[in-house]
Amino acid sequence: MKTLLAKPWIWSFIAALSVWLATIAFTGGASTVGLSQAALTFAAFSVLVGIGQMFVITLGPGNIDLSVPATMTLAGTVSLKYMDGQSGLILHGLAIAVGVGVCVGMLNYALIKALRIPPIIATLSMSFIVQSAAIWTNRGLRIKPPQTLADFTTQTSFGIPNIALLALLISAAAWVLLHRTPYGRWIAAIGQSLPAARMAGIAVDGNRFVTYLLCAILAAVCGFLLACFSGGAALNMGSEYLLMSIAVVVIGGTAVAGGNSNVPGIWGASLFMFLVVSMLNTYGLGAGVRLIMTGVIIITVILLAGGRTASIR
Amino acid sequence: MKISTDTLRLAVPVASLLLLLAGVFYLQPRAMSYNGLNLLFNLAVPIALATIAQMLIMAVNDLDLSMGTFVSFVACVAATYLHDSPLLGTLILLGAIATYAALGVIIYLRNLPSIVVTLGMSFVWAGLAVLILPVPGGTAPEWARAVMISKPPLVPMAIIASAMIAVFAHLLIMRSSLGVLIRGVGGNQRSVQRAGWSIIAARASAYALAASFAVAAGICLVGLTTSADANIALRYTLLSIAGVILGGGEFTGGRISPIGAVIGALTLTLAGSFLSFLRISPDWQIGAQGAILIIVLALRLLLNRLESKGGKP
Repeated sequence: MKTLLAKPWIWSFIAALSVWLATIAFTGGASTVGLSQAALTFAAFSVLVGIGQMFVITLGPGNIDLSVPATMTLAGTVSLKYMDGQSGLILHGLAIAVGVGVCVGMLNYALIKALRIPPIIATLSMSFIVQSAAIWTNRGLRIKPPQTLADFTTQTSFGIPNIALLALLISAAAWVLLHRTPYGRWIAAIGQSLPAARMAGIAVDGNRFVTYLLCAILAAVCGFLLACFSGGAALNMGSEYLLMSIAVVVIGGTAVAGGNSNVPGIWGASLFMFLVVSMLNTYGLGAGVRLIMTGVIIITVILLAGGRTASIR
Repeated sequence: MKISTDTLRLAVPVASLLLLLAGVFYLQPRAMSYNGLNLLFNLAVPIALATIAQMLIMAVNDLDLSMGTFVSFVACVAATYLHDSPLLGTLILLGAIATYAALGVIIYLRNLPSIVVTLGMSFVWAGLAVLILPVPGGTAPEWARAVMISKPPLVPMAIIASAMIAVFAHLLIMRSSLGVLIRGVGGNQRSVQRAGWSIIAARASAYALAASFAVAAGICLVGLTTSADANIALRYTLLSIAGVILGGGEFTGGRISPIGAVIGALTLTLAGSFLSFLRISPDWQIGAQGAILIIVLALRLLLNRLESKGGKP
């Protein structure tokens, strides 16, 4: 029990569970299954972008990828346009989405490395360009996703949404990557001290490049799935995931200063973020009060959970 | 001839502003007039104030992700309470400034990541703004309107205001002992503490000053637009960060430049006008803005290289 409480990610799960119970108690258990499935589905999207963002944040202070929403939008738009509703082209569509991620990730790191721009500004500038490309390809069209893919993203297996199962698989892979491979050790070392990591002979540039690439690919895949889930790509579909991807990482107990990350917390935090909004909706509160409550709850959680290990940026 | 590093740091922002201005004048000679200049730089005044505010937060090594929602909140208060009952409006704004000071202290005392706390606060400010003005509306206070549309002889209001902001912020942050203390906290918090200064007081005043500048930004914005909306200034968060960096500031170490920040804000505003004069397709407007950001930062790198080369005998 004591070792469990010492885990940085346990707090996000406690928070998510208490919000879940508070909602269930209010509805008298009427919507337990529906609420849980919706929470798992929407949390899965946040988890996908959150994992990518987590790897980037691990790299240390100033490392944040702001191009996540634009990448999601572009990947969703381009791949749906290519598939044009034909189920036979699904794999091609996925490949195109991944390709978009690879391009954005490479360009991001090219800017960071070649121009020595702080990553926040580099990815921000990049996101402007990517967003423009999305506007240009989208042209206000709303193309339906292939039926089989739309079914896959909205249906459940064994009572658990397919999207959540997929996100769980990717999370497991991310956990192995972070804790059981040299790559995970390397990026943690880079996050703790870049000069020290370089002295120790770690290929700093290569690892940072792979990390930005990984983040962009995960964002692109998430955009692809989200576009299929919501029946088409929209230009603003990524916007809420900018702050979400950062929030779930940090609330999940990953050190914002880098060098110390964990995957389970992202799940706890993603569930928590969705459940808070649906709890406040269930209570029938207006938009203003709901926003204020969301903010207050985020700050309360970080006050309770943070402060011991976290350091300023 | 010996040029100080600070002057050299200012050279790139100044040069890029002049270059853009020359481009605008070449494309649209009619902009080279009293009214033309006023129109070009009108909207830069609130952005410049918000950029100074963000710069103060960055001076103590933090980052404010709630700047846009806070300026929107102030705009909503200014268009309602400050217009209808000035006393109550002033009290609300003073309360908001006090809240910022308290945040600065809490972030330090509990050792919290500023990104997450301000992220949470951005929901709170957005919620309050929606509660005050559920639909766009309100009326700007007469005095704010009068100041913003005033037409001083020879030099347009927008230019005078920007220059005044730059000089005032420069004196306050680069020349006063409080400014040195704030930058010292960003440079080396522990040594400032050992020297017997109160870190709490320094951080509280940095946050309170930032809030005051942001309040000024909100009031100016309402003076220009005559009415407010809960989403009026959301893009200020990213604009203000980009403005500080464009102006030669850095994320850590208390290395900031108030004059550069104002010039950075002017450059960002002008980039928008320049692109519309170029008749670039609206699809690519945002993207081209990103490209301009990248070019300016590349110029800065080039100059830094020259600087370090010049330093060697």
